[in-house]
Amino acid sequence: MDFAFVVTSLLKIVGILVVILTMVSYAVYAERRVSAFIQDRLGPNRVGPAGVFQPVADMFKLLLKEDFTPRAANTFYYWLAPCLAVMPAIITIAVVPFGSTLFGVPMVIADVNIGILFVFAIASLGVYGIVIGGWASNSKYPFLGGIRSSAQMLSYELSLGLAVIPVFLLVGNLRLTSVVRYQIEHGWFILPFVGDWTNPWKWLLAVPMIISFLVFMIAMFAETNRLPFDLPEAEQELAGGYNTEYSSMKFALYFLGEYAAMITGSAIIVTLFFGGWHFPGIPDGSHGWIFGLINIAVFFTKVSLMIFIFMWVRWTLPRFRYDQLMRLGWLFFFEIALVNIFVVAAILAYAGI
Amino acid sequence: MMSPFLFWFFALMTLIFGAAVVINRNPVASALSLVVSFLGLSALFMSLNAYFVGIIQVLVYAGAVMVLFLFIIMLLNLQAEEQRRINTLASAGGIGVAIILLIQIAVTIGRFEAARQTFPPLSASTTDDVRNIGAALFRNYNLPFQIVGVLVLVATVGVVLLSKREPR
Repeated sequence: MDFAFVVTSLLKIVGILVVILTMVSYAVYAERRVSAFIQDRLGPNRVGPAGVFQPVADMFKLLLKEDFTPRAANTFYYWLAPCLAVMPAIITIAVVPFGSTLFGVPMVIADVNIGILFVFAIASLGVYGIVIGGWASNSKYPFLGGIRSSAQMLSYELSLGLAVIPVFLLVGNLRLTSVVRYQIEHGWFILPFVGDWTNPWKWLLAVPMIISFLVFMIAMFAETNRLPFDLPEAEQELAGGYNTEYSSMKFALYFLGEYAAMITGSAIIVTLFFGGWHFPGIPDGSHGWIFGLINIAVFFTKVSLMIFIFMWVRWTLPRFRYDQLMRLGWLFFFEIALVNIFVVAAILAYAGI
Repeated sequence: MMSPFLFWFFALMTLIFGAAVVINRNPVASALSLVVSFLGLSALFMSLNAYFVGIIQVLVYAGAVMVLFLFIIMLLNLQAEEQRRINTLASAGGIGVAIILLIQIAVTIGRFEAARQTFPPLSASTTDDVRNIGAALFRNYNLPFQIVGVLVLVATVGVVLLSKREPR
């Protein structure tokens, strides 16, 4: 355990934390602006030019509000739950490569050989925040929200896990940096236009990869509790769901957790299907630190575009009914993902790529 | 290889929260203690470079099985459970059985030749444990693995059939 490793790791952790938290606050602002644009409204535009200081105002508002604890609530778990909702979303980012190298230091906090499993394992702990919050509030609507959430997250975790198996059949390794490395050599999984792009098998493989990507993205909507799958917090049915009884900073933590989960989800989608920090024609960080910085910028640009798609979907589609959600998960996405694995395996066996 | 401090930290975490599962009167607290205990156990696996086993511990037990447990526990009436008094005779019997089991394990392990030798420290392994487990399961033990898979499938179908309510 040498000194340089500790220092660079700490710098990376602090850097990524600052970036993620800034992105969260601006994602809330962006969400409001995008929704306003889609619904032909103006959105927040008073605080600063075009409302860019709105997140700061929101933060002060949330911090200064009264922190109210219902008398019937189970105090310890009531306090614990918002923390449990935030932590997994932020821990997951540790294994995602957000850049190539900068001054020879790889731009990933922990390059573990179980990359994607680590992501799934930690993300599956995120459900505790919602379930415990719903239960500890000791109130009907939050409780229903918590129960809905646990069933929904368990159902869609299966599709989520099965949808990425084709990716790893090709890469042959669970390490996320290997996934990016493979895509640099053979082309992004859903747009294989670099590397040996004249190979027709590559283009045939892109079809199951696009299916895989769609299933993964839709399951990710469900995992992050975003519309059209936001049943746990459905305002019209549950008066806000699991966070009904929360106020002030504890409510803000739930909000933070939801947006952080969305950002890490987007980062994982970008890493798995869109080549991570790679952009055709831009060399990696070993050619100079300026390219290292450009790689990081490319990665976060892709993540931002993915977040925009999340918002676009949220403000375009209506919510599913609960039985429709379950049927969709178990009878449709699960089967598609399963068949998809066989298709990819058959193509791989036949073409010998 | 990790420092002894981390080993003691995670070992104590596993044991203390494991005991808390039994001691807590509130079932939700017990379930959550078990989750923390699993996390400590997974950290211990990872300290032995068994990353795959460690993460599966979190993914399957802490992330899926315990969520289902919690799901069921929350639907119960917890007040009745919290007010139940401790049966002194039963708990004394339980502690006695646990101590006898502990002595038995200690004696049995003490008889092993291999258990009395000190193991050489783990070298920083460069092998990919995910690849090793995959190769072992799908090359050497493929047939038993498939048979276990079919068995689990049969059990699942059986459970679904048993729990399905017949429309009358």
